[in-house]
This record gives sequence, structure tokens and C-alpha cells, in this order.
Amino acid sequence: MSATDLSLLIFAALLALGPVAIAAQRWAHVSTFVYGAASGLCGLLALIGLAGLAGHGIGAGRVLPLGLPWIGAQFHLDALAAFFLVILGVGGGISSLYAIGYGRHEPAPMRVLAFYPAFLGAMGLVLLAADAFSFLLSWEVMSLMSWALVLTHHQEADTRRAAYVYLVMAGFGTFALLLAFGVLAGPEGGYGFDAIRAATRSPQAAAVVLGLMLIGAGSKAGLAPLHVWLPLAHPAAPSHVSALMSGVMTKVALYGFIRVVFDLLGPLAWWASPAVIVLGALTAVMGILLAIMERDLKRALAYSTIENIGVIFAALGLAMAFRANGMTAAAALAFTAALFHIFNHMAFKSLLFMGAGAVLAATGLRDLDRLGGLVHRMPVTSFLVLVGALAISALPPLNGFASEWLLFQAVLMSPAIPEVGLQLMIPAAGGLLALAAALAAAAFVRIYGIGFLGRPRSDAAQKAVEVDRMSLLAMGVLAALCVLAGIFPGVVIDAISPVVDAVLAGRLPKQADADWFTIVPIAEARSSYSGFLVMAFIAISASGAAWAVHRFASRELRRAPAWDCGFPDADPNTQYSASGFAQPLRRVLGSNLLAARETVVMPPPGDHAPAILTVHVADPAWASIYAPLTKAVVSLATVMNRLQFLTIRRYLSMVFLLLIVLLLGLMLWV
Amino acid sequence: MGVILAFVVQGAQMLLVVALAPLLVGVVRKMKSRLTRRQGAPLIQPYRDILRLMRKEVVLAENASWLFRVVPYMVFAATWVAAALVPTFATGLQFSWTADLIAIVALLGSARFFLALAGMDVGTSFGGIGSSREMMIASMAEPAMMLTVFTLALIAGSTQLSTVAEYMTSPEVGLRVSLGMALVALVIVALAENARIPVDNPATHLELTMVHEAMVLEYSGRHLAMIELAAALKLLLYISLIGCVFFPWGIAGSDDGVAGYALGVLVYLGKLVVAGVMLALFETFIAKMRVFRVPDFVGVALMLALLGTLLLFVSRSL
Repeated sequence: MSATDLSLLIFAALLALGPVAIAAQRWAHVSTFVYGAASGLCGLLALIGLAGLAGHGIGAGRVLPLGLPWIGAQFHLDALAAFFLVILGVGGGISSLYAIGYGRHEPAPMRVLAFYPAFLGAMGLVLLAADAFSFLLSWEVMSLMSWALVLTHHQEADTRRAAYVYLVMAGFGTFALLLAFGVLAGPEGGYGFDAIRAATRSPQAAAVVLGLMLIGAGSKAGLAPLHVWLPLAHPAAPSHVSALMSGVMTKVALYGFIRVVFDLLGPLAWWASPAVIVLGALTAVMGILLAIMERDLKRALAYSTIENIGVIFAALGLAMAFRANGMTAAAALAFTAALFHIFNHMAFKSLLFMGAGAVLAATGLRDLDRLGGLVHRMPVTSFLVLVGALAISALPPLNGFASEWLLFQAVLMSPAIPEVGLQLMIPAAGGLLALAAALAAAAFVRIYGIGFLGRPRSDAAQKAVEVDRMSLLAMGVLAALCVLAGIFPGVVIDAISPVVDAVLAGRLPKQADADWFTIVPIAEARSSYSGFLVMAFIAISASGAAWAVHRFASRELRRAPAWDCGFPDADPNTQYSASGFAQPLRRVLGSNLLAARETVVMPPPGDHAPAILTVHVADPAWASIYAPLTKAVVSLATVMNRLQFLTIRRYLSMVFLLLIVLLLGLMLWV
Repeated sequence: MGVILAFVVQGAQMLLVVALAPLLVGVVRKMKSRLTRRQGAPLIQPYRDILRLMRKEVVLAENASWLFRVVPYMVFAATWVAAALVPTFATGLQFSWTADLIAIVALLGSARFFLALAGMDVGTSFGGIGSSREMMIASMAEPAMMLTVFTLALIAGSTQLSTVAEYMTSPEVGLRVSLGMALVALVIVALAENARIPVDNPATHLELTMVHEAMVLEYSGRHLAMIELAAALKLLLYISLIGCVFFPWGIAGSDDGVAGYALGVLVYLGKLVVAGVMLALFETFIAKMRVFRVPDFVGVALMLALLGTLLLFVSRSL
């Protein structure tokens, strides 16, 4: 049995798990069974993906007698699909593992269990689909399953709104994809990926496909300005589903983009790449700025997802720019950075969402301003989330930095590009990415410092207890992945390189040859970085310093009330709040970029009423794009509404008129 | 023999930076005192302070977590590793390939991340104000620094600091507008990152004006000593960085003999003193800024660094 067939069987099993769960809903252990089975099946998928990356079992295809009658449903496993199978397998497997424990907190578990395995299966089908029809169908099933999962807590009005916005955006995105495949297939209508790959098309048609893919895959991944559904929908779902949506589904969307733009479309002209780079860099900055302003823990994480998607798109845009100029080594570098970051983001964002889920399970709170002090009450969760926060802030020696470093190295390859416009733009975009990285550190100091450190700001936070072992195990595995991929980035790069080779016909030099796990993307004289040695040096000097100080100087320690400049027993609410922490950055960057406003209502002297400070921060995309759009749609609908109340005579004459107009048009055209 | 010498140089460099860092602080303080017609503490006062703090017991806030106790050593280690990778008196450092300029910037970012977390750990308002402002300043200064790194890397064709330094000593560099802008940007970043006037005042304990000091307000004893030492190391790192990139004269190459190294050490000491004196002069002549003026000041660095990078492409033939 080929790897493709095995994967298809696993997807079928996943799709069947939902109905099985419904049938067995009276069984006490149905939740454990479903999540355990999903976890095991995903583990198998990860193994198939890893084997595929090592060159085993790829290349096999399978045509099922479903779908469009003349081509059937085609499935194919290649290196690119194998890499994303690993992402799906690891992310889905660990999320399911986490859910074995976390799922117990669910008030209506069947609302998740019925759709969760099918969601995983549909994502897998997207990865293996090798014709437009099965791709779009799997994509749509994936969207609908995740929509149903977002609706789990449907009693809350916010959730219903989030699901509605998501459904509209998902439909819109698929519509764009449909058009993209229409243009790709051309007048002959070859809908198999092989036929699309073989066809030739004009640069204009290719640019149209790129634009449609940016809309279709970009909206699913969270590319600005089509990201607005993401911070609503991802946090509304149960936390393991949030982890899956942010960690894996956005990656499946990126897979769609890479598959079409890099694989099916072939090399594009250089002028196609600036749009991707600029959109990516701006998305990164805007996403992380909104994350800094956000009080809701899970929503802040969702905004940070938007930032990371921006970073990945910028890297993909760089790869397109280099590829258009025939700079294979530089393109391979940027593409490797993108794939590496895709893996990293799967690991740390899943970890952070699971941490947020643990906090939610322990306290029932998502509002940062009511958390605090969890480092004492939930020590293991706090430690693991700290690892995730360090990793996502792109700090050495963890994995986020390794991919960020590769990306900056790719930015520095820009002087060899002949086009002056790109030459100037790429370092500027690099500056924006550096800004996003610095802001990410600020965002995660805020999230961690307010949420986990300090003193508890509410009774619920005061009484939090550590979560179950299964959840901790799942988070622990992801934290270990973050550390390992940071210390041994060369291993990850070497594992990715068959994908890069398959897509770009070029790859980075083999990293396993370098000493001390150093990564050398181009040449040693140019740049190198050894996460292992940095980690070792930090560990040695920190423990050495601690040992020396304790041995030779002093080891005495006394507990006393906090100093706080001599102000004793202050209320926990005198600590910095989440909004207070964001205030400097809100004033500096938020007032210009996000139109953040503060209004202060100060009572007159002698009045004992409290002064009230109101902060207004909103995503600018709503006000500038979506509000006018909805307004236009509503006003158009109001005008059209009159057409509903005409007499039958008028309708008949309108039909007749339309017929004449169409015939006239046809006459002129032919 | 060459390998042994390289290891010796790397080891000497690591010890040298730790040994010299407090002295640099002493020089700056002494000079500032003299400029304001005060006698000032002796040059070795910072050493005495650190030793005294190390021998004292730690008074730990009641709800301080394990993180609070680990952070001083983490901050010190990250800063020390970064400082050990910046060429001071010689370029051919044994482990220079471990981390390039981008990684050095990020290592300082790690140290800052931990320190800002520690500021929020005890749960006092001063810690919060310090961390919040530190991250605000850093989120402007770090991109400026990164763009400066881009400029240097694009000129030298490498992000490896030893290679950059060697390239800067070669005659083919010439005078470039971009380099001047990068220098100004880097100096501003250095002032901001080291909590110097006009961004922050290292000598103040007036609550509302402090950033760095507010973050470390709850620290005492050996923990505070480690943090002070790390702060001194960071100042030394920035001066070494500016020295080896923009004023690389006298720095020993990888194949210079022992005499070259000796000369390198002497020249390096000279550079440190000159930089310390200039820092003291600058701080004496300028007033501290209001905290919301700081973004404008650091924003200048950001703009200059960006312009420097872009000018590189416009005036590549210059």
C-alpha cells in the first residue's frame, strides 16, 4: 500500500470518527476515545510526512472515482505535501492529546466531538488533493467543520457573531479560489494539477491568479486586510480547536498559496513579488500592534497569529522576488525561512493557545486584567508558556529566532537583485519585520507579565490550580519542540530542504556537515549561527556565575514585604494593568496607526464621582473597509428591495427587456 | 599553536570584558563629577559596590517567584555571551561564528525580555512602569539597531562581526554617508538601550523619571550585583561595538602576533576611556527628556538607519 493510500485511509478514518462519536455518545469514555484515536491517527500522519521528507513513499498518486466525472478525485503525495502533513500530524496529534484532558471541561462535548476529527481529516485531504475540484471541496469541508467548531459555545452572542463573520469570509475566500482555479485551468478546462502545471499562460493571467490566491488563501491565513474574522473566530472556539485553527489551519491556507503560486503557476515576473512582501510586512506590524492593545488573552494570541502569518508571507514574497531573478540560492534561503517559520509557529502558537486554555480551565478567565500570579498557582503551565513566549518573541536560542535569523539573512541578499525598486523596498520591509519582532517581545512581556506574574487581580486567579497531566504533557512536548528546533536548527533545515529542492530546484547547503550544529545558509564568512553553542554558553555562564556567587560571596536570603518605594500592602489593582502596560506604545504608535483614542471624564472639583478614562482601540480595517462595504451593500439592498413589489406585467416586461439587451450584446460581440 | 592562541584570546576577551566593565562605569561617573566640579568617587568604586552587594544577604519580596531569582543570572549570562562575541582588541575570536551581529542584538533582546518580566514579577506599580516603558523604548531602538546592522552587513557583505571589523580596517571602505548615518543611529540606540541621559537617568531614584531603575527596584544583594554588572557589560558592549566597526584602528587581526595583541589591548583601553569621557561630556551638557519625547529621539535613529540603508543603494558607487 502506498503512502498516499495509507494517508487517504487515515483521513477516511478521521472523517468517520465523528459519526462514531455521535453513535456512542452515551458511552462515558467517548471523548477520551475520539481524542485518543485522533491523536494516534495524526501521529501516523506525522510519520508518513517525515518518511516523505526523507524520500520514502512520495510520488505515488491515487485516483478515486468521485468528484468530476472525467478526471475523478486525484490525490498525490509529494515533498511539499509531506512537509505540511508533518505540520498537520504534529499539531493535530498534540492538540488531540491536550484535548483528552481539556475536553472534560467542555459543557457540551458532542458539539466538538462530532466535528473535530472531520476537521483534521478535511485539512489532510486539502494537502493531498491533486485536482482543483477535490482541493476546493476539501477546503470547503475544512471551512465548514471549523465554522461548526467555532460555534461550540453558541449561547454567547459574540460567538455567534464571530461564526457569522467567519462564514462570510470563508465563503468569500473560497469564491476567490474558485476563480483562481478557473483562470489556472484556462479555456481548455484542465482541472488536474498536472494539466495546470503543464499549461502556459500570460504574465497577466498569472498575476490575476496571484491576486486571487492572496485573497482566497490570504483570507484563510489571516493576511491583512482580510484578517478581521480571525481574532473573532479563533478565540471563540474551545482552546484545543483554537490551537488547531491558529497552529495548523492557517498553515493549510499557506499550503494552498504555496501550492498554487510556487508550484502550479511557476516562476512569476519580478513585479508580482512586491505586493506579497509589502502586504506581509504590513500585516505583521499591524497584527502585533493590535495584539499589544488587546486585553483578551486568547484574542491577543490570535492577533499575534496574524503577525506571524505576515512574517511568513513576507518571506514567501522574498522567495518570489529572488526566484524571478534567477537567484536560486537566495530564493531557497527565503523559502526555507518561510517553511521553518511555519513549523515554528505551529509549535509555539499551539503551545500558547493550550496555555491560554489551561488558564481558562483553571480560572474561567480570558481577561488579562483579572489574571495575575499564576506562576505560583500553576507552576508547570507557567513555565511551559514562558518557553512559548520566549520562542514567539524571536529570542535566541529558541526556534523563533532561528527562522527570523534566516529571514533577515534573506533580506540581506537583496543587493544582488537588479531591480532598483525591489532593492530599496526589501531592506525597508526588513525594517518593518524588525519592528514587528521588537513589538512581539513587548506584546509577550505584557501577556506573560500581566497574566502570569505579579499578584492575582481576582478571586478566580487567586484560587487557580494546576491543570491535568495530559494537558501538561501536550504542552511539554511542544515546548520541547521549540527548544530542540532552536538548538538544532540545522536538523530542521536539512529536513525541509527536499521540499525546497522540489519547489525551487535549489536548496541550502547541507547543514549537518557544520561543526557544533551551526547553520551556515550561504557561506561561513558571510553569516553563521549556532543555537546549540549560544544555549551552551548561556547555560554555562549563568550556572557558573550563580555557583561562584553562592560559593564565594553570599547565599543568605530573607523574605520580606515588597519594597515598592515604601508603600506597603497596596491593593493588587495598583499593579500595572494590561491597558496600562500598553499605554506608552498606544500613544506612540497606536494613535497614528490604529487611531487609538483616550477620553478622560474628570469630575469638577468637590465632586466625589470617580474620574473615568476610556480607551478606544479598534482594528482600522473595520472602519476603513468593512463599514463602508456593509453600508454600500445595505443601501444597494434597500434600493433593490423595490423590485420585490412589482406587478407580474412589469416582471414579464423586464424579462423581455433583459432578453433583448443580451441578444444585442451577443450580436455586437460576435 | 594558532588554535591555542585563539582560545587564549577568546578566554582573555571574556575575562577582559567582565573585568573592565565596572571600570568604564567608574570612568564615566568620575568624569561627570569632575565636570560638575565635584570630587567624585574613586575609579574603583563600582567594583567596591558590586562586591559589597554580592556579600550582602538578599531581601526577597514575599511573593517573588522562581523567575525573579533566576533572571539576574540569565540577564548576566546573555549579556556576557553577547559581549564576549564583540571584538574588543582582536578580531579573530575563536567562537565568533557562534553568533553574528543579528544574534548579538537578539541576545540583548533576551536579556531585556527577562529583566522586563522580573520587573512585573513582584506585582508593584513601579516594576510595571519600568517594564512598560523599557519595552516601548526597546521596540523603537531594536529596529533602529537592526537597520544599522543591515547597513553594515550590506557594506561589508557579511553579518559576521569579525568580518565586518576586518573589512572596516581595509582601505576599500572609503567615506560613506550611510556609515555616518549608521554611526549616529547606533549612538542614539546605545544611549537608549543603556538607560543613559537623555532617555533615562542612571543616577536617579525619582520614581516618575526612571525606567531601568524602576524595573530593578525590588532587587537587592547579589541579585542586584549581577544586574549592575550586566548593565555595565552592556555599556561596554555598545562601546566596543561602535569602536570595532566605526573606529577599527589598532585592532589586532587574526594573524597578528602577541605584540599585535598587546597593542590591540592598549588601543582598546584608550578607546574605552575616550568613549567614557565623551559619554560623560554629552550627559553633562544635555537634560533628560520627558518620557513621551523619547520616541521622537529614538525615532530619529530609526529614520537615520533606514535612510542609511536606502542611501546605500542610491550611492553605491560613491
